[in-house]
Amino acid sequence: MSSVLALSGVVVKELYRRKDFYVLFVLTALITLLMGSVNFFNDPKIVRYLKDICLLLIWVSSLVIAIGTTARQIPAERENRTIFPLLAKPVTRAQVIAGKFLGCWAACGLALLMFYGFFAVISATREAHFPWMQYLQAVGLHWAVLGVVVALTLLGSVLFTAPSSNATICFIVVTGLLLLGRHLNQVALQQSEPLRSLVYGIYFAVPHLEWFDLRDFVIYGHSAVPWIDWLLAWLYAGVYTVALLFAAWLIFRRKPLNQ
Amino acid sequence: MKRVAFVSGWLLLLAAGFTLATILGPRAEQWGERRAGGVLQALLGDGRRIFANHFFVQADVYFHSGYYPSVFDRSSAPADTRHLTAAEDHDHVHGHGTTEADDHDHGRGAEEEHEKAMAFLGRPRDWIERFGRHFMITEHTHLQQGKEREMLPWLKLSAELDPQRIETYTVAAYWLRSRLGKVREAEAFLRDGLRHNPTSYELLFELGRLYKENYQDTARALKLWEAALRRWREQESGKQEPNTTVLEQIVIHLARGEESLGHWGPAIEYLELARNVSPNPAVLQAQIEELKRRLEGK
Repeated sequence: MSSVLALSGVVVKELYRRKDFYVLFVLTALITLLMGSVNFFNDPKIVRYLKDICLLLIWVSSLVIAIGTTARQIPAERENRTIFPLLAKPVTRAQVIAGKFLGCWAACGLALLMFYGFFAVISATREAHFPWMQYLQAVGLHWAVLGVVVALTLLGSVLFTAPSSNATICFIVVTGLLLLGRHLNQVALQQSEPLRSLVYGIYFAVPHLEWFDLRDFVIYGHSAVPWIDWLLAWLYAGVYTVALLFAAWLIFRRKPLNQ
Repeated sequence: MKRVAFVSGWLLLLAAGFTLATILGPRAEQWGERRAGGVLQALLGDGRRIFANHFFVQADVYFHSGYYPSVFDRSSAPADTRHLTAAEDHDHVHGHGTTEADDHDHGRGAEEEHEKAMAFLGRPRDWIERFGRHFMITEHTHLQQGKEREMLPWLKLSAELDPQRIETYTVAAYWLRSRLGKVREAEAFLRDGLRHNPTSYELLFELGRLYKENYQDTARALKLWEAALRRWREQESGKQEPNTTVLEQIVIHLARGEESLGHWGPAIEYLELARNVSPNPAVLQAQIEELKRRLEGK
């Protein structure tokens, strides 16, 4: 366990040494503040458009950080040949996968705290109330889905050679799942057999990442999701994360590292 | 030799610069002339209409607090934008001169129709959809108690991108003047719309309503409605299927305005015009008879 934590610690340190996070955070803050300074019909109480834009930027930034950070972990270790001394120590390949995952996921969590902190401050300056329960649920599910994304990217990094191709494919898959996942059953019903069964099969097999997007609840001020459903969603994300990490380990444990 | 190459290089650069200037100069001037729509218009060209439509729909999404059909439920999407100014329709029904009970039935009918159109979710087809509904908005509500202001940024953006879209101005002005108490801003926005669409009878009609209902300036409202009627006749009278809904509203409002000033004659003329296009001519005929009796008794 200590070697897993040590590995993850290195990944977290990498996040705050690199410029990616700072650039994305400054961009998000800058665009949000710029949009906040726009005057619409002399009404300073208008806030939802600002929350909408800020949350969209947070989602995009978090996906960039999660995929970008994870995609280069194992390829960079192989390219720099640091993977050999790492595995020469009493560290198994399973621990490498677990450590890398934990580090990337923790780094995403830290980044999310910063982003949502900024979001909460911006909202509080315009709104009289502070719906902390919705914020907490939104951050929690956002972090849970980033776990799935990190695990998926880690699997990609042992499948594909170049980090760039892995990152691009992961972006397309994650965006597709977020936008279309909910509607795949509708699409399936409009097809004829055997395409219908195939699309329905995909619908049941893929992780439904759209459940974890609680932006609408925060923007429109709806009441919080029941906690039991929130916990079940976490469990659902956990199952997919473990499955993806297991698949990554299965491939990685037999993969020659000197190619 | 080096000197010759240097000079000829410079000459070539000068020639290239001059050629570029002759190409870009006229275009830059055109951009300046098209300033009406701003930089976005110059950059996006006709593609801005797509974005304008998207932002208008976004305002509708906000109006429903996020409960809105996706592109996959598009057949359930609201067919028109009347629900965005629901109370306005109610006023319009009043204008027909029907009874309170009839008005209530009309309003309820429209509401039920809208509710039916927005019941796009249906029963969940499988456990994934059933569980997923805990994480999406499934309640059909409309913005109220001043929250209507949240739609305004999208309407403003939509108008910036497509200044020819009339309903953007009328919807925004309606909420500004009727619920948010921002009559000056509503007037300014409508006048902005009129600058871009000087022949729009809808905008003239809406501006007239603002003068009548918010400034209580009947004389000015009548002038604006008369101008709206002239514009309507210029644009619609020759058509096979003219927009009689707006015509009915214009002439009904003209009749009410004239009536309030005691001008029975013109009021009767306008009501007769309304009777010809109204789905409820009997009620209007009764009102005409009443006004004729008043005119004879004068």
